[in-house]
Amino acid sequence: MRYILRRAGFFLLTLWAAVSLNFFLPRIMPGNPINNIISKLHNVTSAQELAIEHSLGIDNTASIWKQYLTYLANTAQGRLGLSLGNGGEPVSQLIRQALPWTLGLVGISTILAFIIGTSIGAVAAWRRGSRIDSALPPLFVFTTAIPFFWVGMMLILIFSSVLGVLPSYGAYALGTTPSFSLSFIGQVLQYAILPALTLLITSIGGWVLTMRNTMVTTLTEDYVRMARAKGLSSSRIMVGYAARNAILPNLTGFAMSLGFVVSGAILVEYVFNYPGVGNMLLTAVNNVDYPLMQGLFLIITVCVLIAILLSDIATAILDPRTRTAG
Amino acid sequence: MAIPVTTTGLPEPTAGVGALRNRSALNRITKAIRTNRKATIGVVLMALFILIALFPGLLTRQDPNAITNHVFAHPSAAHWLGTDNLGRDVYAQVIHGTRNVLILAIVVGLLTTTVAMLIGVTAAYLGGISDSVLNLVTDVLLVIPIFPLLIIIAAYLPNAGNNVLILVLTFTGWSYTARQLRSQAQSLRNRDFLMAARVRGERPFYIIVVEILPTMTSLLLASFLNNALYAVLAGSGLQFIGLGNANNVSWGTTLYWAQQNNALGSGLYLWAIVPGACIALLGAAFAFINYAFDEIGNPALRPLTAAKARKAAEASTKRRLASHGARAR
Repeated sequence: MRYILRRAGFFLLTLWAAVSLNFFLPRIMPGNPINNIISKLHNVTSAQELAIEHSLGIDNTASIWKQYLTYLANTAQGRLGLSLGNGGEPVSQLIRQALPWTLGLVGISTILAFIIGTSIGAVAAWRRGSRIDSALPPLFVFTTAIPFFWVGMMLILIFSSVLGVLPSYGAYALGTTPSFSLSFIGQVLQYAILPALTLLITSIGGWVLTMRNTMVTTLTEDYVRMARAKGLSSSRIMVGYAARNAILPNLTGFAMSLGFVVSGAILVEYVFNYPGVGNMLLTAVNNVDYPLMQGLFLIITVCVLIAILLSDIATAILDPRTRTAG
Repeated sequence: MAIPVTTTGLPEPTAGVGALRNRSALNRITKAIRTNRKATIGVVLMALFILIALFPGLLTRQDPNAITNHVFAHPSAAHWLGTDNLGRDVYAQVIHGTRNVLILAIVVGLLTTTVAMLIGVTAAYLGGISDSVLNLVTDVLLVIPIFPLLIIIAAYLPNAGNNVLILVLTFTGWSYTARQLRSQAQSLRNRDFLMAARVRGERPFYIIVVEILPTMTSLLLASFLNNALYAVLAGSGLQFIGLGNANNVSWGTTLYWAQQNNALGSGLYLWAIVPGACIALLGAAFAFINYAFDEIGNPALRPLTAAKARKAAEASTKRRLASHGARAR
């Protein structure tokens, strides 16, 4: 419990760092982008202009520290300001529309990649020296080096341009309204196949290699030998003794891989024009929509932190040592 | 997979111990490259890309920036990969783009590893409050999603050329290596040879550079390769979404134009396939060399046949027993 609390404290600190980056980055960049956008605001009302200035923490009468404190307070209350595009909608509302798409796509493909990748890694290590074990590592070393967006483009080329069997654009057909009907859900799944496959192909290799390489080490441990001596069944030794211990580095490596998955998700959403936060971030960048950009960066950070916290809890459940170690 | 049969090389009698040591290290590396198939593939690919980057003129005489009226041309004898929306030759762009990508990879690999080294090793060596602070900064940067941060920074710096890209990628990319180096350096802190150096009255700078860093060469090398791979993928990704300098000849930029002009939808497939394949191959070169070094450093990871696997397990037990014995003495 103390471990989890300490982690939560660390995450609050990280969040504060992210908010501060949001505030200070545009102010230390050459050309002062913040002042530039104010001069660009022509088609907004003065009330909107005030709201935008608020959301970016601009107040030329106050000192920079006072501006910073106001900005922190606003962000803490979830006031992310108004978008400069999108008809001036509140940033929080835009994010609320985009977030479910990303969470669904990234969540499902990450969990699938984790399960499939760890299983393949475990089997490869268990069948040490077999054909699987000698063929798989080089293959997955290669897949970790392929750029996400290019995998997406190649899948579009094969399945949409040449074969014409799967859609390559958006999350559902243009003209349909989202609903909870069976046909709409089927459509969403169909549209998600290629983006999810892209994420799966590029992120599975990391799981396979880490799992195989740690399990190769755990297999030589004395407790595995002991289990063999006791005459336990092979599958029980593999899953309950070797794999359970080997999976821990994979879980702690989750934090590392998440950054990888997030970058992949942004590029994949862009290639497939998927209506998630990643694609929205790139559109915001193109439209010089700083409030939306900052809000999205913040929300992505929050999601990553929550996911890491969950993997921490899973580690604490699986590994008693982390619970006692300070 | 074939198991490389290696004969245990007898040390050749040469003049001077130092020469012998250097020679055998070099031999070991060349032997490893020849016998480990992943290393061979990686090194050959890398050599190929370095040659292309050094002498692009040997492979194409076209100017990659020459704008012509011949736009959206399909592949032909004159334009092997076709032309883009401005009539520029895609093949020439791929060939000439190699240098920019390679420079980005190598410079970011070196810079991130250097920054990580300074921060990680210093933190571990100094200990106390400076260690806690540096470690906290490292950890925070480690969990903040780097790619969105990269996008935001790049958005504030429009038309970022290679140099800006290098700085931004370095600023965001050093944390993982720093953490690895720190824990490695920490495990060394109480070793006898460092104690001895401290008792001799050496300065911290000397101890870090002369005593600690040489023990980490393999980790530093692995970090360099890892970070170079990161630079290739993240840098190309940024260029692909249009955050690099659109006039900079680079694979990511070529792909950006291909995507902007719907190359896949209009049958200009090679325009999109080849630059991406080059990124994948260059990335694979770094990844293969890195994995091969892992295997060389940790024999347990090498591919084996079933019979050899058993033998290796026995050998590792024996080794462990032997090292226990050595420690007891």
